[in-house]
Amino acid sequence: MKTLVYVEHEGGQIKDATLAAVTAAAKLGEVHALVAGSNVGAVADAATKIAGVGKVHVADGAHLDHGLAENVAPVAAKLMETHDAFVAPATTTGKNIAPRVAALLDVMQISEILSVEDENTFTRPIYAGNAIATVRSSDAKKVLTVRGTAFEKAAREGGSGSVENVDVGSDAGSSSFVNLEESKSDRPELTSAKVIVSGGRAFGSSEQFHALLDPLADKLGAAVGASRAAVDAGYAPNDYQVGQTGKIVAPEVYIAIGISGAIQHLAGMKDSKVIVAINKDEEAPIFQVADVGLVGDLFKIVPELTGKL
Amino acid sequence: MKVLVAVKRVIDYNVKPRVKMDGTGVDLTNVKMSMNPFDEIAVEEAIRLKEKGIATEIVAVSIGPAKAQETLRTALAMGADRAILVQTDEEVEPLAVAKIVAKVADEEQPQLIILGKQAIDDDNNATGQMLAALLGWPQGTFTSKLDPSGGEVSVTREVDGGLETDRLKLPAVITTDLRLNEPRYASLPNIMKAKSKPLATKTPEEIGVDIKRRLETLKVTEPAKRQAGDKVGSVDELVGKLKALGVVA
Repeated sequence: MKTLVYVEHEGGQIKDATLAAVTAAAKLGEVHALVAGSNVGAVADAATKIAGVGKVHVADGAHLDHGLAENVAPVAAKLMETHDAFVAPATTTGKNIAPRVAALLDVMQISEILSVEDENTFTRPIYAGNAIATVRSSDAKKVLTVRGTAFEKAAREGGSGSVENVDVGSDAGSSSFVNLEESKSDRPELTSAKVIVSGGRAFGSSEQFHALLDPLADKLGAAVGASRAAVDAGYAPNDYQVGQTGKIVAPEVYIAIGISGAIQHLAGMKDSKVIVAINKDEEAPIFQVADVGLVGDLFKIVPELTGKL
Repeated sequence: MKVLVAVKRVIDYNVKPRVKMDGTGVDLTNVKMSMNPFDEIAVEEAIRLKEKGIATEIVAVSIGPAKAQETLRTALAMGADRAILVQTDEEVEPLAVAKIVAKVADEEQPQLIILGKQAIDDDNNATGQMLAALLGWPQGTFTSKLDPSGGEVSVTREVDGGLETDRLKLPAVITTDLRLNEPRYASLPNIMKAKSKPLATKTPEEIGVDIKRRLETLKVTEPAKRQAGDKVGSVDELVGKLKALGVVA
């Protein structure tokens, strides 16, 4: 089986989620990659070095900048004439493009796969991860998105792929990028951080959320996450959200503070190696999944913890 | 402009799903069902566009069993003008849903189709994108802000890196994210009024879409359960545990 991995990149860098997609694709067969964008020569070179990647198909054109799905999907669909599976990371970028490719190919996408059982059979989470479905696809071609936490990342070095420029298609003219309001942070990215400290609505305000969590995160070299309630309340930006419909994380250690543990939140973090919970309600569901729990007032506990680390 | 919204009847947000003993799926007998939360946001957004004088008519469409009428009545009670149920007892995959909605769009000619970004049962996050592809329309996925004007719509999208704003030419497909709005509750008078709003019923065959599944579910299992660990009594003990785990030196 010949696969085509969609390479997600930003600022000339290949995102980690792509590396997990390469690992998933390698379980299916030969791994080719698609690098689409504007002035992506450096990204294409980096993609040839990823362990296991053979040919790197490069579509370089101004209309492919920012990965607009309307322009990228037809390029991918065209390449799928000579490939058997389109494999994208299950990030907002991959989720935006892959179903559009699937529909162009008249294929039912298999979303957020957790494992490859054989070339037609995959497991994937449903109902916020409260159930795992094993599904078999009868489509001749496959379109998959890959949950980054479920596969090891392929090595960035060691590959010796070749570059091939491909038809860049044309500008559909129906969409244009205006801007990206980036949440800037010196901390590690949520989806690749080893340690995450995450806060809920119990912090009461954006000021307290940051005044208490930021110093703790700095001490631990951790990323900061948030529950949906905290994001809805405006304590943290949207890209901090961990959960069923936010980011799926599986760090070495996840420290949930003032988060009760709704199933939608647990869906995003329950595969963390170690879960630590701090909550004033000893009945909070978060304690049912926590390896270490501490019941008490976060406004006292967090500063004390930061001080003692 | 006319706005089409797609709604799905799913397990209620607050219900903990239970896997059936025989491993064939999730047990939905006697379980509370509701409108998919992201679809409620879609309906709410359409209503707000109507209140602003931008939308002229809101048509709600659902694909599902006869009981999905209740979901459509909810949309009508919130403020949609009329509803279409494409009735089937089969489980319909996103690709087939997208094909059905595309056919409805051919007939209704909306300028905007708003859908939830994902259904909380199958968690596919695919229907809106597939629909846009089939129609050849642009798509604004994971939308947290929407502003149509002059034949275009500006969408702000919740992406992994922050907030991305794109401009799309109408007609367009929008999928909603959580922060787009807070859906209203239907008032009792509006619930009564909704009972007399038009609700048409069709079948996938009448519409001309093959809903045969492409994915066969071989089994459904419960994920590995985590065991609750120990509670510690003080911050010092917690620090000790973190050190033992190697999180801190």
